[in-house]
Amino acid sequence: MPTVRDVPDTEQKTMTDGEMIALALAVVLACFSIIVMAKAQTGAFGFHAFLFAAASIATVFAVGNRYMDRPAALPAQTIDGKPNYNMGPVKVATLFAVFWGIAGFLIGVIIALQLAFPMLNFDLPYTAFGRLRPLHTSAVIFAFGGNVLVGTSFYVVQRTSRARLAGDLAPWFVVLGYNFFILVAGTGYLLGITQGKEYAEPEWYADLFLTVVWVTYFAVFLLTLLKRTEPHIYVANWFYLAFIVTIAVLHLGNNATVPVSVFSPNSYIVWSGVQDAMVQWWYGHNAVGFFLTAGFLALMYYFIPKRADRPVYSYRLSIVHFWALIFLYIWAGPHHLHYTALPDWAQTLGMTFSIMLWMPSWGGMINGLMTLSGAWDKLRTDPVLRMMVVSVAFYGMSTFEGPMMSVKAVNSLSHYTEWTIGHVHSGALGWVAYISFGAIYCLVPWLWHRREMYSVKAINWHFWISTLGIVLYISSMWVAGILQGLMWRAYTSLGFLEYSFIETVEAMHPLYVIRAVGGILFLAGALIMAWNVVMTIRKAEPDTAEAAAGLQLAAAE
Amino acid sequence: MRETYLSLAAFAQTWGLLIFFIGFLGVVAYAFWPSKKRKKAFDEAAQIPLKED
Repeated sequence: MPTVRDVPDTEQKTMTDGEMIALALAVVLACFSIIVMAKAQTGAFGFHAFLFAAASIATVFAVGNRYMDRPAALPAQTIDGKPNYNMGPVKVATLFAVFWGIAGFLIGVIIALQLAFPMLNFDLPYTAFGRLRPLHTSAVIFAFGGNVLVGTSFYVVQRTSRARLAGDLAPWFVVLGYNFFILVAGTGYLLGITQGKEYAEPEWYADLFLTVVWVTYFAVFLLTLLKRTEPHIYVANWFYLAFIVTIAVLHLGNNATVPVSVFSPNSYIVWSGVQDAMVQWWYGHNAVGFFLTAGFLALMYYFIPKRADRPVYSYRLSIVHFWALIFLYIWAGPHHLHYTALPDWAQTLGMTFSIMLWMPSWGGMINGLMTLSGAWDKLRTDPVLRMMVVSVAFYGMSTFEGPMMSVKAVNSLSHYTEWTIGHVHSGALGWVAYISFGAIYCLVPWLWHRREMYSVKAINWHFWISTLGIVLYISSMWVAGILQGLMWRAYTSLGFLEYSFIETVEAMHPLYVIRAVGGILFLAGALIMAWNVVMTIRKAEPDTAEAAAGLQLAAAE
Repeated sequence: MRETYLSLAAFAQTWGLLIFFIGFLGVVAYAFWPSKKRKKAFDEAAQIPLKED
């Protein structure tokens, strides 16, 4: 059958522009990194320069070898009229997501145990809570969540556009470059390199590199949409696009720093004081709104309909959901700064917009849940769908709780307490992680052409163990938070504070232990998933229909 | 500085509010306008994930 690959082999093999540019940039970056490494002002920065040099040299070899091995013609856009999807980068991102998920949950368990038993800090700088905590948050949000988003977005945009991913090297650069950024950021925290801003800890050089990766990501996604053969842009792609664009804007805005020197890891932000705090929480809350919400809503709008085999409940509602969500979320940040030096009007603005967010959030939740109308029986038999539906329920719950906590009167009790941690984890474990697990359980058999996951029973175990873990986690943190808040504000009849601070810390101990147990259960569930993913790739039964089609394709080539 | 703030705040509280509200009404009208053609387009779009190739 005629395909682009049938071009005679006598055709001269030439390097693409992309390959030449990649090689040139990698060589330049390698030389530059080696110079920086030699003159680095701190050992930790020298180590990071070494990582950049090593990665650049590895890139030269990888691009060179790939060129040597590949046929003269680039992969065809279509084979027999069907789009020739590029799933390699999706597979790698999915495996990275599983790996970083385990790593991030494990560090979470360690720091939970550190809070209950402080001796586990080991009196070492590298293992101190202050360094491990950002390692945990970045590992779960950016490494686990980020790889899920990059992987699924590359999958969904191809399938719903019915077009091959744009670019040849670019998608690989996005996936591998993003994970290299994670490596630099994570090792930086352990070595004490940080900007000290929550969720924006990486220093200027890591930020610059991420900017390049992210712009490439945006270009790949947008160009794939542009060459779509579907007339419509499916709603999930709108959510992915909002996530990519807004994260770029937030990242640039909150990292407007001036480095001390190219040989120093340190930098200073161009604004200061309360302005810096405001920009930081504009960034911080929209990291929640656009990374952890808009991005994962895209998963909801693709994977739930696909798994339930029903179209989304209301496509019209999804359009209103999208526009209302993105226009409201961007203003909610100041609720992180109630009763601070931030002007009162800004605090009230943040609170008001947070409360208004109830509407689109719940509209979206209803849309996700009602997609199952007429297919509710599938929840009984399909643990993957059950996981995703529970995630949407948690989305509804945490987007109810969040606006409530943003009300100033409630915030005066909840802020700086464990209640915030409980809230974040009902969103992070319940919503983000569960919709991600659901997507991974869908994707792995699709990507590796298996009929189903290796063990459906194991998915069930994962679901119940993790759910128990989440319940222990969030209920203990609610109790801890309210207890803490009430103890801090308790006065004696003479007007003195009733409790010293250390008494409130002591009262937390049993709740911290329960939380750690919840975290261990959640980690155990994720380990079951990792085992199941590995076994599916190695041993599961191949998809017979697809395998037959695959053989035909192979024969055609 | 104060002048800049006041004029920006005045704009945000009047025209800014109006623009956003009209934008919202526009989105709602676009999504829910009873039009056969658009309903068909939405129905088609909703089916995209379910198509196999």
